[in-house]
Amino acid sequence: MSRVLYLAWRYLAFHRLKTTILLAAITLILYLPVGLRVLVEQSAAQLTARAVATPLIVGAKGSPLELVLGALYFGAAPSESWSHAEVGIVRDSGFAEAIPVYTRFRSRGHPIVGTTLDYFAFRGLSLAAGRQMAILGECVVGSRVARLLQVAPGDAVVSSPESVFDLAGIYPLKMHVTGVLDYSDSADDDAIFVDLKTSWIIEGLGHGHQDLLAPEAASGVLGREGNKVIANASVVQFNEITAKNIDSFHFHGDLGSYPVTSVLVLPHDQKSSALLQGRYAADPRAVQIVEPVEVMDELLDTILTVQNFVLAGALILGLATLATTALVFWLSLRLRRREIVTLFKIGGSRFAVGSVMASEIVTVLICGTLMAGALTLLTSHFGSLVIRLLVRY
Amino acid sequence: MIQVFNLVFGYGEGEFLLRIPALEVEQGSTTALIGPSGSGKTTLLNLVAGISAPHAGRIVCAGREVTDLSDRERRDFRIANIGLVFQEFELLGYLSVLDNILLPYRINRSLTLDAEVRRRAADLADRVGLAGKLQRFPDQLSHGERQRVAVCRATLAKPLLLLADEPTGNLDPQNSARVVQMLFDIARQEGATLLTVTHDHSMLDRFERVIDFEKFGGGQ
Repeated sequence: MSRVLYLAWRYLAFHRLKTTILLAAITLILYLPVGLRVLVEQSAAQLTARAVATPLIVGAKGSPLELVLGALYFGAAPSESWSHAEVGIVRDSGFAEAIPVYTRFRSRGHPIVGTTLDYFAFRGLSLAAGRQMAILGECVVGSRVARLLQVAPGDAVVSSPESVFDLAGIYPLKMHVTGVLDYSDSADDDAIFVDLKTSWIIEGLGHGHQDLLAPEAASGVLGREGNKVIANASVVQFNEITAKNIDSFHFHGDLGSYPVTSVLVLPHDQKSSALLQGRYAADPRAVQIVEPVEVMDELLDTILTVQNFVLAGALILGLATLATTALVFWLSLRLRRREIVTLFKIGGSRFAVGSVMASEIVTVLICGTLMAGALTLLTSHFGSLVIRLLVRY
Repeated sequence: MIQVFNLVFGYGEGEFLLRIPALEVEQGSTTALIGPSGSGKTTLLNLVAGISAPHAGRIVCAGREVTDLSDRERRDFRIANIGLVFQEFELLGYLSVLDNILLPYRINRSLTLDAEVRRRAADLADRVGLAGKLQRFPDQLSHGERQRVAVCRATLAKPLLLLADEPTGNLDPQNSARVVQMLFDIARQEGATLLTVTHDHSMLDRFERVIDFEKFGGGQ
């Protein structure tokens, strides 16, 4: 048998290009449907797992999918924000706990998530290094952020300006990293967590500036009306919160009217959940409450429908490629007729000559199957990462 | 020794008919088969080698009645006793020179490919001037070199009978002379009978015997 395999191997090795093309064709035929199935199953599991762990989400009326993806995966923030007062409304209902999430800003591509410490307890996130954020301007980063941005406790990250061409727009805020989260294989690995108030400071709703009563600020003061001081643009605004200037940071107006992109709602029990949903269903305000599982199930239905189309396409493509491969083998055998006759003449039996030809085909098929298997294995290992990146962008 | 008695072979109704009432070739002799194209020279080689079977008549070769053997027995007989050299060399393009010479041992389970055979293959290649080209492929060789590889392949198993079908048909005069000399030398050294089909009349005087196929009624 080794003699037959040797001859088959020599033929395949000599015709490298042809062998490679056949190998690639067979690999794709086998991998496409299986790989796609693995990817879809993983995406379903990935999407569902985080959705299942999050009972309800409240946010501004609009696309439920946008609200869920923003709250669970910190993708693009919903086009409409909702007021922070909703957190209190949910808590005061007595039906559930509420965790605010504000995800409008980014730092070098990573979402900045304004929330409270309750979020870490809710998601079961623990620190791999450093300590939790404690004051304004501090942040903890996900494990992937720490790795990609090469940051550790003691370093700093800067929020990205929304538009570099808008000189009157939001200035970047330099935030101090106090901790790095353990790897959680979730969207939290890609996020930078700050206190909700810090995210409002990034937005410019809270700010710190030079003391206008100090003599060195006198040139910037335009006038005084009782407690109000009117200043011009020369007054220095701080873009980093330090021990020296933290006391100068303040918020104007009612914090309850400040924005959040979503509120994670954790009902005490099933009944509370139903009652809360009923209450929101009857709410005349432009607010909605969604069950992430239902929203993700709808998304999965869409994905499965697309998958069926893709599988049908892959099947047709596979059959066409299989037919082409068979044709290539058949033509190859015809072109090698003289070689086959020679092998017979010098004493090769029909079985031996047939075995050489069959070994070539079987070797290509086995290698193609192994490669498809390896690709499927890679897909099962790294599929979740790809899905998370896709969901993020 | 090859003996042919009342041999009849045809390809169909009235198409090409070869009749050889009687023919005898001595063991260890060198014989040239000449005649116009289609006169049956190659057919006789195929019949003697057991590649084709006659419609009637008998062929006795190396003491075995080839015409009485089954397909498998004829193949075994061919492996053990006959070396074939073709006009178009018929080397396998994807095998090196060494692997082409060893091909009969790779395709036949009845032949044992051991170190001794490998050494003999290298010796043969050395004798025909291919020592430094054992790892080359056929398309890296000249026509003359290819035919020398084919001769090595045909003689590696030390056959009793060497059948060459126009071995110089694709070669220039210089290479033709060299290949023919090789065939003569190897046949003499191994004590093999050399039966060669040729159209090159300039080398006929080197053969001990010349058989003209015109008299066997080939063609129609």
